[in-house]
Amino acid sequence: MASLFTGFMTDTWVAATMVAVVAGVVGFFVVLRGSSFVAHAIPHGSFGGAAGAALLVGVDGTILGISGTIAGLFVFAVAGALGIGWLGRRGRHDVATALSLVMMLGLGFLFLSWSGQYADALYSLLFGEVFGIPASDLLPMAVLGLLCVVGIASLFRPLMLSSVLPEVGEARGVRAGWVETGFLMVVALATTMTVPVVGVLLMFSLMLGPAAASRSVTSNPRAALAMSVGIAVLTVWIGIVLSYASNWPLGFFVGVSGAVWFVAGRAWAWRRRIRGVPLAA
Amino acid sequence: MGAVSAIFAAGFFQNGSVHAALLAGAVAALVTGAVGTFTVLRGQSFAGHATGEVAATGGSAAMLGGLNPLWGYLGIAVIVAGAIEALGVQRPRARDLATGLVLGAGLGIAGLLLYLDTTGTSTSGAAVTVLFGSLFAVTRSALPGMVALGGVSLALVVLTYRLQLLTALSPDLAAARGVPVRLVSLAYLLSLAVAVSLAAETVGAVLATALLIGPPATALRLTKRPGLAVLGSGLIGVAAAWAGTVLAYDSYYWPPAGRSWPPSFLIVAVVFGLYLGSGAVQRVRGRRRAPLAPGAVPAATA
Repeated sequence: MASLFTGFMTDTWVAATMVAVVAGVVGFFVVLRGSSFVAHAIPHGSFGGAAGAALLVGVDGTILGISGTIAGLFVFAVAGALGIGWLGRRGRHDVATALSLVMMLGLGFLFLSWSGQYADALYSLLFGEVFGIPASDLLPMAVLGLLCVVGIASLFRPLMLSSVLPEVGEARGVRAGWVETGFLMVVALATTMTVPVVGVLLMFSLMLGPAAASRSVTSNPRAALAMSVGIAVLTVWIGIVLSYASNWPLGFFVGVSGAVWFVAGRAWAWRRRIRGVPLAA
Repeated sequence: MGAVSAIFAAGFFQNGSVHAALLAGAVAALVTGAVGTFTVLRGQSFAGHATGEVAATGGSAAMLGGLNPLWGYLGIAVIVAGAIEALGVQRPRARDLATGLVLGAGLGIAGLLLYLDTTGTSTSGAAVTVLFGSLFAVTRSALPGMVALGGVSLALVVLTYRLQLLTALSPDLAAARGVPVRLVSLAYLLSLAVAVSLAAETVGAVLATALLIGPPATALRLTKRPGLAVLGSGLIGVAAAWAGTVLAYDSYYWPPAGRSWPPSFLIVAVVFGLYLGSGAVQRVRGRRRAPLAPGAVPAATA
């Protein structure tokens, strides 16, 4: 197990930890706002962008000095966020999310079928490839992660207000539409940096599980936020060790532990209720 | 004759796998359209999508065991639909969260199975078939089973139509009127599981959502009468599936030359285009009805 901490594995730990911090922070608001479907759709749909980039410049190619995969993910994630926002204002929000998702994925499948030779490399994007993060990706990931955290920090109060007490927020002059758009953009940025590590299919599990568990334990938003980050980091660390030992995809461990955290949080809340300790929702 | 041969490339009507594709697509689209109307009315797109996507687990497990993925889809879809219902969370936010975590766990297992599929038998096509479907690979022998399943699912929804409608629109009112809400929901979920499995067999597990949500959402924008919407979304779905099949057959001659475009993508694109088009129709109608407020976007009803 000593080789877990040497050589390229250092990059793995750094990348995965950054991913977990961002997922924990963004996930807290995803759960608070009930945006589970959006948090699933944007990363999932961004797969199309990565497939498109592979078609243009190859799997290892670069676009304007940025890794092609990251550039492709970014373009599709942002387009998806804007599309969901735009369609969602004109119709049912869940329908808008579902149809944006399938359209992006459909395009991804089209690109995939054109770039047949890259297909195998792209599958790693579905379920994540934590051990293959190139060192050159760390800097763009750190920048994007920082942008997410700064974005959330600067939106913190309006986000809290419009999520928890939309009417009060409205009365205080919080523009719900702009907050929603800003939040969708943060999810898009988080997607771009996290997907290469955790995979498009299970990114949202890392956002939902820890945040849901922490909300069952504490109703203090700052404590819940910190706890959500802590659990997400723990999840990823455990995942890396198990994935390294078993050679199974990291996404498997992340997806299953997301559900485990949720159930554990529920059990905790249930026990407290049984004992008669009041729990603020 | 010229127009016909411009649309249908040579050999379209003689090709056996085209016949199977047209029939399979029509059955899947008809059933998902009818069932999906209630999914959209219930506001449960995410649950519908999750059911289809986790069904990929069953599909990949079935392929690992050398079975037709349809039975795998169906088995898992029934379990997932049951799990989401058993969690029984009524508030939409909490329900979406529970749905998401069931989905996450299912996808994790799907990932593992696909990984075992690909490393065990070195068929990297398994992932593509399960996730994105391959309409032209639907075999004739699978068709009778699909038709029978589709018939059962359709019958479940049509026979309980009034109860389904009331439960979807107002569960409280339905309960107050003595409708067995949970039983009705169970019937809905069973037919959803079948519908999604059929769609997964044709357009793939992750794109099944297109057939489940797109045609019903389009139909509900065009008519306010629910019965008409159920019928219309079935027909819209069939039209999209057939248009996608025809285009896929034609696409052999499109760039990049010598390779057909995947029918799954073309069906999704047609579905998406129809939804956008119905939005435009709705806006034009709204403007006609409300001439007093020029430029105002009418309150969206669907």
